[in-house]
Amino acid sequence: MFELFTDYTLRTVAMGAGVLGIVSGVLGSFTVLRHQSLLGDAISHAALPGIVLAFLVTGSNAPLPLIVGAGVAGWVGTLLVRAIVRNTRIKNDGALGLVLSVFFGVGLMLLTYSQSRPDASQAGLDKFLFGQAAALLRNDVITIAALGGVAIVVVALFWKEFKLLSFDPEFGSVLGFRMGAIDVLLTTLVVVAIVIGLQTVGVVLMSAMVVAPGAAARQWTDRLGVMVCLSALFGALAGVTGALLSSTGAKLPTGPMVVLSASAIVILSLLFAPNRGLVWDKWRSRRTMISAGPQERAGRP
Amino acid sequence: MAQTPSMRRAPQEAFTGATARPRDLAIEVMDLTVAYRDKPVLWDVDMNVPSSALMAIVGPNGAGKTTLIKAILGLVDISAGRVLIAGRPYEQQRRRVAYVPQRGSVDWDFPTTVLDVVMMGRYGALGWIKRPGARERQAAAEALEKVAMSDYAHRQISQLSGGQQQRVFLARSLVQDADVYLMDEPFQGVDATTERAIVTLLQELRDSGATVVCVHHDLQTVTEYFDSVTLLNVRRIASGPTSDVFTEENLRATYGGRMAWLKTASKTEPAQD
Repeated sequence: MFELFTDYTLRTVAMGAGVLGIVSGVLGSFTVLRHQSLLGDAISHAALPGIVLAFLVTGSNAPLPLIVGAGVAGWVGTLLVRAIVRNTRIKNDGALGLVLSVFFGVGLMLLTYSQSRPDASQAGLDKFLFGQAAALLRNDVITIAALGGVAIVVVALFWKEFKLLSFDPEFGSVLGFRMGAIDVLLTTLVVVAIVIGLQTVGVVLMSAMVVAPGAAARQWTDRLGVMVCLSALFGALAGVTGALLSSTGAKLPTGPMVVLSASAIVILSLLFAPNRGLVWDKWRSRRTMISAGPQERAGRP
Repeated sequence: MAQTPSMRRAPQEAFTGATARPRDLAIEVMDLTVAYRDKPVLWDVDMNVPSSALMAIVGPNGAGKTTLIKAILGLVDISAGRVLIAGRPYEQQRRRVAYVPQRGSVDWDFPTTVLDVVMMGRYGALGWIKRPGARERQAAAEALEKVAMSDYAHRQISQLSGGQQQRVFLARSLVQDADVYLMDEPFQGVDATTERAIVTLLQELRDSGATVVCVHHDLQTVTEYFDSVTLLNVRRIASGPTSDVFTEENLRATYGGRMAWLKTASKTEPAQD
């Protein structure tokens, strides 16, 4: 652990993973509250063809073009999901599944094709599948921090609108807000949160970074503000832990390590959070049963 | 927010005549048709709601009652027809229209407090980006007082009973400070005491000059609570003062064959006061 303060590479990795954890934690809170957990999965998988296309077009593996490619593809994916839901009888979950698998399939095909080309051998595009935190450079961290910072500032500005969108969008529209536009804005920010994590965590498991911190944070609080902050904290914790585990040890891919860290946080929260935690719940209901008799078990409304 | 005097103090007798000028009407629905895919939910509906009316929208399940409210509010796409609020298109009158959705339309496990939900009613007046402050807090606290929910201001909303949730939504619409209130089943799942309190509140709103339209389910209380009524079953069957429109014949036309239980209902309901 001490190496964190001395080892330059390790510090870079930890910072990158921490920042992306914060950003995905903040935006993940809203996707969890809007029951859109699958959206992150669709966006991250849909980003893969964008990454490879961006590489094939620009011929470079500099972070920004690849992130832009990922973002555009992820964004197009979400628009497609909306269009499918609106114009066909396919429901949201089906549309997400369709977009996810088709885009990811195309992405894998393009990836295989690009790797068969001689000049692409050391581009390292395959690290986008499961993530490779050790490959993070200072440049990458700056890109992550800049994009993530903008996303968080936008969330702070439109806090009220995003709360309205998450709780009661129809009422928001009656109030005169253009909820469609707010939805697109929030979804765009989710896309940003996801694409900045792809290099580190990978397209396959990045959605865990969007779901897990928010789900864990919800267990501990009944205030949106506290939840978003806690979620950012959990996201940072999972990101740093996962990245460090993968970059110190046997060169394990980062995605699975991050997901394992995040899962640990979720499990602890599900079990031990006051009020909502399972352990607490059991203890309380047992106490109620003892004091009030079995027929008056206190439940949540 | 300027209020036209004609809206606030429009005469109750706007019903009575063909002389009623359009601006005495709080809501005008003309030839409204709404369809989901190829199935019409509302067909060629006309409805005029005079200012200072307390109107019930009544009809069987699937009659399009909620859709009618949502169509007035621009929440569903309309296939044909027009809606005017105080003589002008709804888009120009948003601030004058408040909305109480069905209680079940939101997730009450959302991490927020009662006071916070009520303050949402002020967001429209605040506009983009601006945060609610002391004034909004004050308005929300006053509205909670009106619905007897002051003690619950800082509760998490998941801890509320159905009747309390309903009162929170009501308070949220009150802070919108509107001229027209559209409510989707405001009595759904509330106990008798709360129902009385809500009715009194709605009547006070009406008496202060506002127009209130409620989707309502309990036929037995229509004449007691509401001064006007619209009977709806995809088409508009009848609309007007309760005493004229709420007849057995019209009810039969609205509910079709399912009338056996209605008969007893209307008999146990002699003209209230």
